Amino acid sequence: MPLPDAVATHLERHGQALFGSLGRLARQPFATFLTVVVIGIALALPAALWLTVANLRVVTEGLDDTVQLSVYLELPTTAAQAKQAALAIEAKKGVADAVLVSPDEGLAEFRKLSGIDAALEALPENPLPWLVKVRPSPPHDTAAAIDELAAQLRKVERVELVEADTAWVRRIHAIEDTLQQLVLLVAAVLAAGVLAVVGNTIRLEINGRRAEIEVTKLVGGSNAFVRRPFLYSGFWQGLGGGLLAVALIAAGLAALGPFVERLAAAYGAGFALRSLSLQEWPLVVGGGALLGLAGAWLAATYHLRRIEPRA
Amino acid sequence: MIRFDRVFKRYPNGREALAELSFELETGEMAFLTGHSGAGKSTVLRLIALLERPTRGQVFVNGRNTSAVRGGAIPAFRRQVGVVFQDHRLLDDRPVYDNVALPLAVGGVPRREMDKRVRAALDQVGLLGRERSFPLELSAGEQQRVGIARAVITKPPVLIADEPTGNLDPDLALEVMNLFQRFNAVGVTVLVATHDVHLLERFRVRRLHIEHGRLATVPHAAA
Ligand SMILES: Nc1ncnc2c1ncn2[C@@H]1O[C@H](COP(=O)(O)OP(=O)(O)OP(=O)(O)O)[C@@H](O)[C@H]1O
Ligand SMILES: [Mg+2]
Repeated sequence: MPLPDAVATHLERHGQALFGSLGRLARQPFATFLTVVVIGIALALPAALWLTVANLRVVTEGLDDTVQLSVYLELPTTAAQAKQAALAIEAKKGVADAVLVSPDEGLAEFRKLSGIDAALEALPENPLPWLVKVRPSPPHDTAAAIDELAAQLRKVERVELVEADTAWVRRIHAIEDTLQQLVLLVAAVLAAGVLAVVGNTIRLEINGRRAEIEVTKLVGGSNAFVRRPFLYSGFWQGLGGGLLAVALIAAGLAALGPFVERLAAAYGAGFALRSLSLQEWPLVVGGGALLGLAGAWLAATYHLRRIEPRA
Repeated sequence: MIRFDRVFKRYPNGREALAELSFELETGEMAFLTGHSGAGKSTVLRLIALLERPTRGQVFVNGRNTSAVRGGAIPAFRRQVGVVFQDHRLLDDRPVYDNVALPLAVGGVPRREMDKRVRAALDQVGLLGRERSFPLELSAGEQQRVGIARAVITKPPVLIADEPTGNLDPDLALEVMNLFQRFNAVGVTVLVATHDVHLLERFRVRRLHIEHGRLATVPHAAA
């Protein structure tokens, strides 16, 4: 179906301005390149921070699984009483399983881990209490829910002490949350920077085309018409910066990849760096284009208003 | 149609350019605007093209009171007034085609129609076939004719020119004035500010003579 004339004309005009502005940028390769690089870095920085946090989260998410509760029973507790307590604990809501560790097993494990055999031999008797290792079941396995579970377990008969070592996991999560906020803050500051950089480039462009702007207004060009090429110019610069940011991040990940692999191997963890997802990289590129457009709009609206034709 | 109704113009620096100026140019009329340097000729033309606003009094163009034309209405108004400058104000980095087509481009005229009208306008000023040339590749007279083609391409009912022949030798000046007269012959209201005594003798059209910002009778020496 052919487009209505008015629409076709409209599209044609936009098309001309769009590619006309690209041509003008290409005629000033150095200035354009500098602007694009600055935008690219300004976008890559928060995106890289974001990825760092996201990767950290992948690593630390596993920490929640390793969270378990150590339930120590009173001294003295007989083997039969301990078994009974373990059963009572296992029956509690939120407990995936409860493993009973006798004082002897505990001592043997401690020996193996610490290697201070001699000192332990010197003890007249095994000082360790019975221990029940409790693994919480989802959704009670988050750091926050575990405290609640610990409180429940404390009420079980013969339970002396419940240790849920969640503080450090929580600390890590809190750090991650803080980092994430920081990413947003950095992104906001750098976005303002991008606006300023684009705005400044547009201002220079406007000054360089003053005569053209005056004549265009003189023959009846509206502010919107005069502004259009500058908007496209800002759009291209932002788009270029966004693409560059994505490229920078890909390059950075490629450079870091082997080191991270070695690090992961050293910890015996199968971990691969996560790159920008299919949702994220268009966000970076689109965000760049949008910021370029916005910066150009602000600068063009402000500066063009002051250029009135003379005769 | 151009009408000035007791127009007083003081520039921001305090300079009083026009004082109680009143005159009327009928639709389809042609006139020369004359007067000593600093008399206010350019100011009159600027008020018509909405490049300046009167301090007091009213300016009517094409039946509209210009004081009512503000903001977003100005571009459309300007497309109804063709303006020719002494220094032609062409864009040197654009070919003749782009220069002439500019008033159509700002009005959103489709490409095909633009082609047709640019060729027609260049034909009228005798420059058909020079679309791809750049202004600096043209002679002074040719440049001025490109400026005129640009001024008339929207078929404005009013055409104003500020010393359009100031930089041209007598033959070229004559040629340019003939052009204006041709446009006038098809109904365009034309107002030309000029110093050129030869033209004043040659073209027997109405004269609006300004002295110190007021309409005055034409001095005998120059008539
Ligand atoms: N932009 C301006 N700001 C302040 N004063 C101005 C401005 N333009 C013109 N004037 C003053 O207004 C008066 C009329 O100027 P105008 O340019 O209209 O004269 P003119 O008749 O066109 O002169 P010329 O023949 O030399 O071009 C002059 O005294 C001039 O100094
Ligand atoms: Mg003048």
